[in-house]
Amino acid sequence: MMQDTPLAPVISARNLNLIFQTNDGPVHALKDVSLDIAKGEFVSFIGPSGCGKTTFLRVIADLEQPTSGDISVNGLTPDAARRARAYGYVFQAAGLYPWRTIAGNVKLPLEIMGFSKAEQAARVEKVLELVELSGFARKFPWQLSGGMQQRASIARALAFDADILLMDEPFGALDEIVRDRLNEQLLALWARTQKTIGFVTHSIPEAVYLSTKIVVMSPRPGRITDIIDSPLPRERPLEIRDSPEFIDIAHRVREGLRAGHLDD
Amino acid sequence: MRNVIPVLAVTAALIALWYAAVVPMNAQWAQDQARRAGQELTFTALVADTMSQQRPRLPAPHQVAQELWNSTVVEEMTGRRGFMNTGTLSNRSLVYHGWVTLSATLLGFAIGSALGITLAVGIVYNRAMDASVMPWAIASQTIPILAIAPMIIVVLNAVGITGLVPKAIISTYLSFFPVVVGMVKGLRAPDHMQLDQMKTYSASGPQVFFKLRLPSSMPYLFASLKVAIAAALVGAIVAELPTGAVAGLGARLLSGSYYGQTVQIWSALFAAAILAAGMVALIGVIQRITLRRMGMAT
Repeated sequence: MMQDTPLAPVISARNLNLIFQTNDGPVHALKDVSLDIAKGEFVSFIGPSGCGKTTFLRVIADLEQPTSGDISVNGLTPDAARRARAYGYVFQAAGLYPWRTIAGNVKLPLEIMGFSKAEQAARVEKVLELVELSGFARKFPWQLSGGMQQRASIARALAFDADILLMDEPFGALDEIVRDRLNEQLLALWARTQKTIGFVTHSIPEAVYLSTKIVVMSPRPGRITDIIDSPLPRERPLEIRDSPEFIDIAHRVREGLRAGHLDD
Repeated sequence: MRNVIPVLAVTAALIALWYAAVVPMNAQWAQDQARRAGQELTFTALVADTMSQQRPRLPAPHQVAQELWNSTVVEEMTGRRGFMNTGTLSNRSLVYHGWVTLSATLLGFAIGSALGITLAVGIVYNRAMDASVMPWAIASQTIPILAIAPMIIVVLNAVGITGLVPKAIISTYLSFFPVVVGMVKGLRAPDHMQLDQMKTYSASGPQVFFKLRLPSSMPYLFASLKVAIAAALVGAIVAELPTGAVAGLGARLLSGSYYGQTVQIWSALFAAAILAAGMVALIGVIQRITLRRMGMAT
């Protein structure tokens, strides 16, 4: 299925290992993880808790340092890539500041990065429009629903226009209906912005629906058990979830997850 | 307005309880006086007498209220040394003594809050201070203020510092502590996720402080400022006790107890309580305005 452009991968990991020293002894969070992510791909990481999917995303973001192995982001070390504002990161919780309006929250990274006032205003308007929150710029976070807050946090991650968007179970705390809607919106946003997206989830339908590439991981030690390149077209209505192709991929993901558990 | 009724109900109950206590507390004196005069007191006469003694063990609420009125408004408006006659506050009025105490309180509170915030920033950002300052701060509060206040006054007097500053230092001593505790908690309120998020923006230390930690600490700051200002007032009053009772609410308490003037003591106590309540309410108003402007209205 590999019909990628011949470009160098945006994110490239080789034999990545990460061992946490805890009071209960060392924990092998990542073991020999190797993965290439090409520009414009939508890559999902799926697996049970403790499989290292979030840890891997955090290594890409330079929030954790690998014990051994190589990783490059946009051809740089994660540290240099972070400083070069290579990525926007969306956390599990929206984490909006209650003392800032929605516009103020989206503006936060822009203030920190030293954009001019005019540039800040223009970018805030643009990304709020992108996540369909234009009318809510002056509202405070508590005036918005959970789904809208998470959209605002996506807008904040997009505000400085990084090429890569890293998302750590962004819709995990939301109900199924809101989640479906946000998934649709996320695909539309991805199509419009051409970002490379790394997306952590533990929902099989979500992973299959969104991704061009699904990375199945399993715990103890955290490792990759399967990498599935999705044959689904980029244009995906919600109904695609009833198609035989979709069900086939979902089945393969489920098999991969089960295999990971068998050799426990 | 819904809060007013329960508050009034509690106040009324307390006043009733107070009046009920006045009779047995002062009855002994009334009986003794009557016996010496060879009279027999009826119950109504007894009650009336306990409510209007010159030096009661427990003054009745209206006596305290009367004294408060006389020693503020009446003294300043009509007194020989009052404001209306001399253009300066009378040294026999609670307005004057209250102001003396209040000025020391406010100076001490300002220094104490600044010190508390500075120490909290140090504790949050400096590992050595984190390990060393807090135990000392706690130890400082275990020393009885009554024991250390005269020392501070005497030592400062010896080096020629008198008046407002020594009292303010004792206010500082009591008021920095709640601010340290509250602000350490407040500056540490941001969770791992929020700090990680700042790191993803490659935010500098000062940016993390001013954009995340400081705003997060505001609710904690105001809670501790309320405690601190009340503590500062206590400090100022205690500091006035060993100075020879010249001026201030503490001086009024002390001279009242020298001369058995219980009504004067109680009115000074109430003046202090009113002062404290006023200052706490003022901080509450500032808190509400600040948090509303920050969009965190509760």
